[in-house]
Amino acid sequence: MGRKPMEPVQVVKQRRDAALNALVNGVPYIQFLGIQFDRRGDELTAVMPFKEMLIGNPMLPAIHGGATAAFLEMTSIIGLSWSILWEKIESGEIDADTLVAGNMPSLPKTIDFTVDYLRSGLPRDAYARARVNRSGRRYASVHVEAWQDNRGRPFAQATGHFLMPQSDG
Amino acid sequence: MSVDQTKMAQQFIAAIPHSKELGMQYTEVGEGFAAMQMPYDTRFIGDPQTGVIHGGAVFALLDTTCGAAVMSHPKMKGHTATIDLRIDYMRPATPGQTIRTRATCYRMTRSVAFVRAEALDDNDENPVASATGTFTVGGN
Repeated sequence: MGRKPMEPVQVVKQRRDAALNALVNGVPYIQFLGIQFDRRGDELTAVMPFKEMLIGNPMLPAIHGGATAAFLEMTSIIGLSWSILWEKIESGEIDADTLVAGNMPSLPKTIDFTVDYLRSGLPRDAYARARVNRSGRRYASVHVEAWQDNRGRPFAQATGHFLMPQSDG
Repeated sequence: MSVDQTKMAQQFIAAIPHSKELGMQYTEVGEGFAAMQMPYDTRFIGDPQTGVIHGGAVFALLDTTCGAAVMSHPKMKGHTATIDLRIDYMRPATPGQTIRTRATCYRMTRSVAFVRAEALDDNDENPVASATGTFTVGGN
């Protein structure tokens, strides 16, 4: 019946943030696009601050559809990875310190990705959240939405299928 | 097709910051057809364990190539924008190799253009990815 003593909040936060940073900082294309991840509990919001090199239509101007797609795909992959890591870190199956030391599990691989462009991406910061609709042993299905100034008016959404990394090789 | 058209298209790319940043180049532009390439760059890596570039970079190249195929269609008037684009990733691109894409606008109505495309690395036999998409025609 004995309960585990509660860990101090900063210890828990530090461990979770360190694991997330290790996951995100290892991917060069995330740095290239300047994407950051904001964590609230287990929920992640991806943020892509606007910069000149994201522009695809200089006349409007608008964010390149390819940058939007990459943002959505990255949000899906990190979101999916994080949902699995979260369980394993919380259950103690994976030690966050080993993640930080560079022993990252493989990332899921995209099988297919379909992007709906709902409106043009403005020269503003963009935000995205992924929802894992199914996460099986081999396959996962993820939906993701991106918005800018107004959460209720997404400028793009996507659905993708992913091949899960096999832990036992 | 014509050297002039490809050159013009290349100047168009130079004006698009994101495409320029990704190092995209036109290799061919014809009627309803476009071919491009993007040299390997370590900044585009999506999987640090293998050095394979991120699907998003391939997506950006395919999207641009598809848009160019629509713009070069003889019946095309005005601007175009992607409505939707689906990409199937058949295999990881070989690290270090240039990605080549080719897109065909195989059908154009008054309001919608239908496009198919594929992405290759040095292996011509097995494409890295294929894409199908729809694009707006004219209007806003």
